[in-house]
Amino acid sequence: MSADRDVILQVEKLQTQFQVGRRIVKAVNGVSFRVERGRTLGVVGESGCGKSVTAHSILQLLPKLGSITDGKITYHSDNGPIVLNKLRKNGGAIRAIRGKEIGMIFQDPMASLNPVYTIGNQICENILQHENVSKKEAAARAVEMLTLLGIPRAEARLKDYPHQFSGGMKQRVMIAMAMVCNPKLLIADEPTTALDVTIQAQILELMKEVQVKYGTSIILITHNMGIVAEMADEIAVMYMGRIVEFGTVRQVLGSPRHPYTKALLNSVPVLGIGKGERLQTIRGSTPDPSDMPEGCEFAPRCDMATERCKSVPDETDLGGGHCVRCWNCMGGT
Amino acid sequence: MGKTAAKSSLALRNWEKLCRNKLAMVGFAIISVMILCAILAPVLSSNKPDEIDLSNRLMPPSGEHLLGTDKLGRDVFARILYGARVSILIGLSGALGGALIGTVIGCFSGYLGGWFDKITLRISEIFMTFPQLILVLILVVYIGQGLFNLILIFAVTGWTGTYRLVRGRFLSLREENYVDACRAFGIGELSIMFRHILPNTLSPVIVTVTLATAGYILAESGLSFLGLGVPSGIPTWGNIINAAKAVDVIRNNPWLWLPPGLAISLFVMGVNFLGDGLRDVLDPNQ
Repeated sequence: MSADRDVILQVEKLQTQFQVGRRIVKAVNGVSFRVERGRTLGVVGESGCGKSVTAHSILQLLPKLGSITDGKITYHSDNGPIVLNKLRKNGGAIRAIRGKEIGMIFQDPMASLNPVYTIGNQICENILQHENVSKKEAAARAVEMLTLLGIPRAEARLKDYPHQFSGGMKQRVMIAMAMVCNPKLLIADEPTTALDVTIQAQILELMKEVQVKYGTSIILITHNMGIVAEMADEIAVMYMGRIVEFGTVRQVLGSPRHPYTKALLNSVPVLGIGKGERLQTIRGSTPDPSDMPEGCEFAPRCDMATERCKSVPDETDLGGGHCVRCWNCMGGT
Repeated sequence: MGKTAAKSSLALRNWEKLCRNKLAMVGFAIISVMILCAILAPVLSSNKPDEIDLSNRLMPPSGEHLLGTDKLGRDVFARILYGARVSILIGLSGALGGALIGTVIGCFSGYLGGWFDKITLRISEIFMTFPQLILVLILVVYIGQGLFNLILIFAVTGWTGTYRLVRGRFLSLREENYVDACRAFGIGELSIMFRHILPNTLSPVIVTVTLATAGYILAESGLSFLGLGVPSGIPTWGNIINAAKAVDVIRNNPWLWLPPGLAISLFVMGVNFLGDGLRDVLDPNQ
């Protein structure tokens, strides 16, 4: 199933760490996945599991203390494969890819726009940075994209400042900025977390429309299982820097195999349960990332932990592209 | 809604807020009038400021010489008008020059950090441990007097205030989300520094430049009064007062020192009013 589809991004055994004084924090610990053209990959996990760091690593947007220590990130562009982590950080090559081939949407639209420039100025800056068009053409394209994303009277709104937009509108503007050069891959880092639920639904619809219209591949990072269920084709479940389960939405959400995935799905509150019923939680808390337990990171909180869990489990292929990293899942169903 | 919303830039809103501050408007009026007089000097006075007329020395105010003449028979009124040009120019250029140096160095220092930051910080501290006046005096003696030299000296000794201001702002602003977003769109580092972060740091710099202008006008007056500023060939408010060093001049020829003194006080007061108003408007704690 996965072999005959076109892969646009391949991440192999990515290791990213942060050096804080003497402590080394391994934020991403051997993550491998691939994104297929025109499809959406959802990356889910708790806060602090390394989803955002993975996304930032792809475009080399890590802060000063962070660095990719191992692994390979390959982007399959129209001109052949490019190994992204080998490019110079903030160099010309990767800046040509950022915004043009791979776009990124950030979590907090309130803070992601520069308050002293109009949004028209900021969108056009992105266009003019990557393409050789006149200012007029750039403005026309900005208007086109804003209208597509449902902002009324887009032409007049180009002259407005960020503070004149609501949260949902600002996020649409951010999506417009990311999409305006028609990138092949869009990385959305918790795009709806800062918005209320009704706006959330609208933004997700928009992203689906954009994907259908332009054939964009999407990496959707979130901790909301509901969003992932609706938007993603494939899901990667992350815990403390590792992918513990990977597969299609049907496989992972329909028949989850890893204890963490099962616990996550159980903990999602369901509307309509009685007031007396308790919410299911995962016992314990996430370990300090600079002092992680030996072996499987989830073992201290897992009800099915055994002696074997003292060493890191290998990836087991359960068939049909469904992979899981757990000793308890080896040897078939 | 359309028109007002479209024009609602930060600059425009700040301007409107400034206009509501009566004192700031008074200051603005004073400065504007005086600058206008300086520009229109040839129109307002038919006399030349350096026209020596030894037969008419130390004449009190009269119809022909509105404010009398000085020791060399030069028309005081004309000298004050033309002197305004030079004094204001020195004040403004010194302040702008210092701000320019301080801003550029502060940009790189705050954004890049590392060894550049450490070195420039230490250098700025060395500059700041000397009282600026002493530094200026030493440099005047060393480099020599002159209009351009004075502006240069003011700029070179006064950059540290703006430097620390801009550096501080850059240290915090470089962590802002929109800076990350800019990088994600492939915008280069220099562009981010100067096109994106810098406009967000300019408010306190504008206030500093305004208030520094007043300071430099006073400094120039002081230096010229001591004979260390601009040589008397070029009139400035300071070197007109230079004549009033002798006690009998102070007592007998008030037209020599009173008008330029008043001019300096009035202008500096106006600048301070405007600067305070600007500070109230542009203060980030709003």
